[in-house]
Amino acid sequence: MSGPGPLAPRGDFPILSRTVEGRRLVYLDSAATSQKPSKVLEAMDAYYLRSNGNPHRAVHRLAEESTLALEQGRAAVARLIGAQPEELVFTRGATESLNLVAQGWAEPRLRPGDEIVVTELEHHSNLLPWQRAARRTGATLRALPLTGEGALDLAAVEAVITPRTKLVALTQVSNAIGTLVPVAEVARRAHAVGAVVVVDGAQSVPHLPVDVATLGADFLAFSGHKMLGPTGIGALWGRPALLAAMEPLLLGGGMVREVTLEGATYKEGPGRLEAGTPAVAEAVGLGAACDYLLALGMARLRAHERELTALALRRLADVEGLVQYGPLSADARGGVVSFNLRGVHPHDLAAFLDERGLCVRAGTHCAQPLLRRLGVLGTARASFSVYSGADDVEALAAALDEARGLAP
Amino acid sequence: MSDDVAKPPVGRSKALYGELIAEHWKRPRNQGALEAPDVSREELNPLCGDRLRLELKIAGETIVAARFRGDACMVATAAASLLTTALHGMPVAEAGAFDKERLLALLGAPLRPARVACARLVLTALHEGLKARAGGVK
Repeated sequence: MSGPGPLAPRGDFPILSRTVEGRRLVYLDSAATSQKPSKVLEAMDAYYLRSNGNPHRAVHRLAEESTLALEQGRAAVARLIGAQPEELVFTRGATESLNLVAQGWAEPRLRPGDEIVVTELEHHSNLLPWQRAARRTGATLRALPLTGEGALDLAAVEAVITPRTKLVALTQVSNAIGTLVPVAEVARRAHAVGAVVVVDGAQSVPHLPVDVATLGADFLAFSGHKMLGPTGIGALWGRPALLAAMEPLLLGGGMVREVTLEGATYKEGPGRLEAGTPAVAEAVGLGAACDYLLALGMARLRAHERELTALALRRLADVEGLVQYGPLSADARGGVVSFNLRGVHPHDLAAFLDERGLCVRAGTHCAQPLLRRLGVLGTARASFSVYSGADDVEALAAALDEARGLAP
Repeated sequence: MSDDVAKPPVGRSKALYGELIAEHWKRPRNQGALEAPDVSREELNPLCGDRLRLELKIAGETIVAARFRGDACMVATAAASLLTTALHGMPVAEAGAFDKERLLALLGAPLRPARVACARLVLTALHEGLKARAGGVK
């Protein structure tokens, strides 16, 4: 067999030693959620076993240690994206981060006649909040179109993003078909007309070097569980002036400076947007995940996934009756391949693969407008991470060959 | 680490879900539309994008014809084929009480929880369709 082995030792990921139906578990659904290395699990255990307290509140040592743990987690996440810790707000995930921008920043500012621009690639979490923001404010929602192969149609950018545009919300990597979006190029136009750029980084931050200094974003949203960290935590990075101008969605403990019966003044910094006791163990886990990713090297990870994607595109093209979606070149996509086997429903295909120990996603990938645009009900999707290797791609290609027998 | 032990014994045959489901998927019964149906109801599975429309002809509180159409997976298609076959000649009250267990028994093969939702698509169409008819008629 040729092609790259896994970038990280599979032994770091206990779940990958599990067998399914007597076969090796072949996990190809990292775009849905990634598996977790022992280092992340151990860091979270250690926090609960030794340091658990309520951060930023009491003076005892457990509270002090939990404050430190929370803030070290924040610093590690900020380091991964080249940001300052005070620019990073912890949320429950990319979905909450995007809703926070929509309700806390956009809705108080948008007026009738203003325009919000998204793309036809968006995950529902980067579409529905803007649909509601438009409905509530009287603003208009527009979408940047795609080319035939599912790339963003850059020729349309100038016509769609105009001086009426106040906000551009776009994904950096499509979760459904893998398209890599040239965010900086779109952001140049957006900034030239004075619009704010919101980037959904749920599928990019876990897989490629993302540096907020060059990305072109004003806000960046991502989820912990897709980047080797735990569920229940994610982040919103924002330019400090924008974060400071945001209306908090939740009010309560931990986010205030002074409270009287009549009113309150809020803290400065990310804590202002983090009312309630934060998810400290999750922050510790996410911090450990970011350290793990940084130690592997994000440029190396991108090169690894690019190579696996190129191999998958090639091997899957050999499977008779297989149709692929998204850009044809691995350079133009993240570590995601999306496909259908003629005559086989994607759910049936995924169930067949599951019988052979392969986990792939099937369906609409929370991107119904995109699937409608592609003219399909759903697709099957395989996606990679640090533990993926050429053997996973070969197992997929072999099982797909067998699955042709499902067609009537 | 070992294999799962608590999962239903899913067949390993090419048929994936047993011969009956395979047979009704390849040659679905009662596929198509009815002229002037008394019940016509489309249901959508948001997870996979499947759409399925069920149509019924009712005479004297008995279902005299049932048809379905749509783009759906193996399990949803077979369930619709089997259910529409069972509905012919069934009293409306009995059809309204036709439950998930009875449908799964009809399919004759164990399904993983994620696929039970596929089988239920046609059943939801039946129940919602009958409910809408009861609301409209009475």
